Amino acid sequence: MHRAFCWLLAAFLALAAPSAFSANLGAADLAPLVRGLGAGSYADTEKALAGLAETGDPAVVPVIEALQAGDLHIRKADGAVVVAKRAGNGYALTDPLTGAALGEADRNAVEKIRINNALRRTISATLGALTLMSPDANTRRQAAEAVFKSRDANALDALNMALAKETDERVRRAMTQARASVLLAGDASDADKIAAVDVLKERGDQDALALLNGTANSVSNGGSDAVKDAATKAIASVEQRLALWGAAQNLWYGLSLGSVLLLAAIGLAVTFGVMGVINMAHGEMVMIGAYATFLVQEAFRQWAPGLFDFSILVALPVAFLVSGAVGVAIERSVIRWLYGRPLETLLATWGLSLALQQAVRSIFGPTNREVGAPSWMSGAFELGGLTITYGRLWIVVFAFLVFGALLVALRKTWFGLSIRAVTQNRSMANAMGIRTARVDALTFGLGSGIAGLAGVALSQIDNVSPNLGQGYIIDSFMVVVFGGVGNLWGTLVGALALGGVNKFLEPYAGAVLGKILVLIFIILFIQRRPRGLFALKGRAVEA
Amino acid sequence: MSAQDTLLYLDGVSVSFDGFRALNSLSLVIEPGEMRAIIGPNGAGKTTMMDVITGKTRPDTGTILFEGRTDLTSLREPAIANLGIGRKFQRPTVFEMHTVWDNLELSLKAPRRPLKTLTYSATKEDRARIEEILDITRLSPRRDRPAGSLSHGEKQWLEIGMLLAQDPKLLLVDEPVAGMTDAETEQTAHLLKDIAGKHSVIVVEHDMVFVRELGVKVTVLHEGSVLAEGSLDSVSANKQVIDVYLGR
Amino acid sequence: MLTRFFLMGLDKKAGVLLTVLAVLAVAVPVMALGTAPDSPWHLSTHTVALLGKYLCFALLALSLDLVWGFVGILSLGHAAFFTLGGYAMGMYLMRQIGSRGVYGNADLPDFMVFLNWTELPWYWHGFDQFWFAAIMVMVVPGLLAFAFGWFAFRSRVTGVYLSIITQALTFALMLAFFRNDMGFGGNNGLTDFKEILGFDIQAASTRVGLFVATVVALAIGYILASAVVASKLGKVLIAVRDAESRVRFLGYETDRYKLFAWTLSACMAGVAGALYVPQVGIINPSEFSPASSIEAVIWVAVGGRGTLAGPVLGAVLVNFGKSYFTAALPELWLFALGGLFVLVTLFLPKGILGLAAQLRERLPARATVTAKPADQKGV
Repeated sequence: MHRAFCWLLAAFLALAAPSAFSANLGAADLAPLVRGLGAGSYADTEKALAGLAETGDPAVVPVIEALQAGDLHIRKADGAVVVAKRAGNGYALTDPLTGAALGEADRNAVEKIRINNALRRTISATLGALTLMSPDANTRRQAAEAVFKSRDANALDALNMALAKETDERVRRAMTQARASVLLAGDASDADKIAAVDVLKERGDQDALALLNGTANSVSNGGSDAVKDAATKAIASVEQRLALWGAAQNLWYGLSLGSVLLLAAIGLAVTFGVMGVINMAHGEMVMIGAYATFLVQEAFRQWAPGLFDFSILVALPVAFLVSGAVGVAIERSVIRWLYGRPLETLLATWGLSLALQQAVRSIFGPTNREVGAPSWMSGAFELGGLTITYGRLWIVVFAFLVFGALLVALRKTWFGLSIRAVTQNRSMANAMGIRTARVDALTFGLGSGIAGLAGVALSQIDNVSPNLGQGYIIDSFMVVVFGGVGNLWGTLVGALALGGVNKFLEPYAGAVLGKILVLIFIILFIQRRPRGLFALKGRAVEA
Repeated sequence: MSAQDTLLYLDGVSVSFDGFRALNSLSLVIEPGEMRAIIGPNGAGKTTMMDVITGKTRPDTGTILFEGRTDLTSLREPAIANLGIGRKFQRPTVFEMHTVWDNLELSLKAPRRPLKTLTYSATKEDRARIEEILDITRLSPRRDRPAGSLSHGEKQWLEIGMLLAQDPKLLLVDEPVAGMTDAETEQTAHLLKDIAGKHSVIVVEHDMVFVRELGVKVTVLHEGSVLAEGSLDSVSANKQVIDVYLGR
Repeated sequence: MLTRFFLMGLDKKAGVLLTVLAVLAVAVPVMALGTAPDSPWHLSTHTVALLGKYLCFALLALSLDLVWGFVGILSLGHAAFFTLGGYAMGMYLMRQIGSRGVYGNADLPDFMVFLNWTELPWYWHGFDQFWFAAIMVMVVPGLLAFAFGWFAFRSRVTGVYLSIITQALTFALMLAFFRNDMGFGGNNGLTDFKEILGFDIQAASTRVGLFVATVVALAIGYILASAVVASKLGKVLIAVRDAESRVRFLGYETDRYKLFAWTLSACMAGVAGALYVPQVGIINPSEFSPASSIEAVIWVAVGGRGTLAGPVLGAVLVNFGKSYFTAALPELWLFALGGLFVLVTLFLPKGILGLAAQLRERLPARATVTAKPADQKGV
């Protein structure tokens, strides 16, 4: 096997070195080589593979990948090599080079090109070498990563070749790391190995740590003490860095969870915190917001699929208005009769939450509804050792925007002034000509509308089902009570603190136990400070 | 004067809420068997003083001694009540769902522990005492009515009756005649004077006619501390008092 | 003396309720065991278990009324005490399975064998004895309630705050019991019971026996609750509900009174749960869900809080309605339940019994001034 591989590689390199990318042949020229894959014995297949590799043409990559995946078949009728994928009872056939559909075939009409383990190794090495030379930088980088993981000594020469030609800084780094990984696995000189250790130390992630650990502990493969020393030192440095990034990642997760909690709780901070109304249907306002998002997206899918990326932006005001309107209706029909009777309010709104859940279940069905992410919210980027998804990032930003907007609305607008006047002294506000009943309804609508906004955001990360709100109601109350009722800043700090604590506990205690611990912590905390973190003090509270 | 012989001894008591000083280094001494009227404008700290004595509010600094030895600042309300300090609130607070009789029975001096009350049944003496208080407070005809159905004045009297049933050494009475007719006010004054024979009483009141009727030593509070002390006539002549209170 | 204590709370209402219970205790066994299966008077085992379930809920509602109706503590976590009692009984029933489980392991319940556990966790010891389990049925919920109440009442957490943290308590327990490594069967809970005290748990006679036991427990619970409420302690509790700080100034340590009622109530809920489990044949963590606690609150509200008999009636009525709706019109059940919450709080604040009392008062004696109802105390 090894001999065959060397031959293949030599042939490939000879061809690839001066003019690898210009030597591309047309599909027509490749076709006979592809046909050769189905010639018969393993040896024949291997020879054909070498022929394909010689071309250095990226077009052959999908063919070899299909061979690797076991999708390459011979059509018995004419001996043509095709890609066959299961479809119903038979196979759907496509041309391996062009990808053109070739119709369907009965199960017996095709025969699979079989490969053995020796062949499999050759295939992956060929793929590695081919892709390392690919004109596409991303492909080259992935190939380098693949070698990094496989630590295949056979790929070393190809790597060296590729490195010599590589100009892209990132790809170069990946290749250097792959080379270091391979060197450490083999029997290179101490100096080379120590240099490799340095390269891995630079990389500094979990994979590098695993390799370094292997090096530091290796006795069998003759690693010298100098190499081991270097590896041990590198391990300490990498571990320290990883711990730092781990903490940063936790912080980000904590911030992310905290912003979700903040979104869910912020509407409650208005209805419960400012008005003192216990709204157990708050979660359902969030749920209604999520379903409003779903409906807006359906409308976009139907009438303007090209503008789908803007659907979320349209959903925001819609969700705010729908949830807000439901809120106003609830306030006018039920809650206004129950002011000053918090426990009764709690029960009545719980009943409303049950009815709202069932209503949504009856209309939309009990299963999850598909809410899509606009393109600008999907994907992720890396920041040092952190992986940050755009979806989460936008939710964090959005939560703070909503918080800021609410703060401004309460502090700087006439409506906000009326709300504060009514909560502080209802009869005086009434005497000043403020229509308190209307302010009550609108305040409740505001809180509900904000819950609807939260629903738009949460529809991106949670299942949109009739039970969506149930998952947030207890958490939201915890946040508001923990932060201190009647204090928006308290809600902000409460949400972020609880999110952070939760995420920092998770690695040690697991998600569920972490949550239980947080709940117990809050229960104990409320007993120590019944009025929360930022409690109002003084006579006004005691009344 | 030594704290030992006093019933209630307040020294340098201060309380503040969010920067507002409700009591400012207040010092006050009540002797056994004494009756004292406390007057002062709104916000002078009268109610806060009662809160501090009965344990509802903890002072920031200062000493409060009962009978010259018990430090009240570290005790909770029930413990202070059981030492023998009773309180009548500004707004009459009775148990509205309970009958007048039950209100008095609950107040009656008796063991306060849950298991004792679970197995409690009124003795002959207990019933006699309740009857007696019903007579004193003129509530006998109302004994089986829920306290919630009483008139405002009757509630005031029931609350005074509850204080009597508690049989405390010191009574704190906050505006006992607010909202009463003149006749009722006069009767209340007589009632309090009767009580004062056996107990020490602190009365907080706005009504000058009523305070004159009581005819006892008066303390004037202003901005959380004592402005003047003495007979009503002498404090009425005090220039400072006239400035802040009476002269308006 | 003791008899007098227990009898002092009994009034006309109690007479009616206890008579109904006595009739049930006689009629149900006769109809279930003494009639032919095709007779119109025959009660199936299923029906007997269903009736038994209603009465367990009635006992739960009674315990809830003791704290909500008489002390003003709205517990949104009473299902926690109910379920803990149920688990204590379930653990006994699991141990009775012995080697008849799927894995045939005489020492370990099936789910432990499945998780590759090799020995019984320490907290499962003793539950092979009925007397031990019967004590734990009250001790476990009682201890939890005592510890929780000790902290909560001492730091004067009241009103909705207290309600919300009771809800958090039962929610935390639910999450905990869902975990496999808690050793209570995780998701699936405890089930596949075989026998209780040596009787086949599926047999009609055993079901009838369990039903009668439930009737007796409910009657005892009712008499006990009535006695407590009628005592001077009960008057203190009502005073605490209406004006807690005033009670403190009278020298009563209100924390201890609340703790007494709270713990007693939790023990009663635990007994209800313990009787519930053998009759429905399963206990799992979803019983801890905050929703089931709040559902129990509505039974009390429908019947009339602070009346003791009302909640018993309310629990039976609402659950009968639930059985009917979920079979006939499952879509409508949550609407009906949700509507009940709203309508009762808006229009029937004193429940069915309260309404009846109001009507009775209004009709004959217009001259007498009726008592103004004390307003619910705010936060």
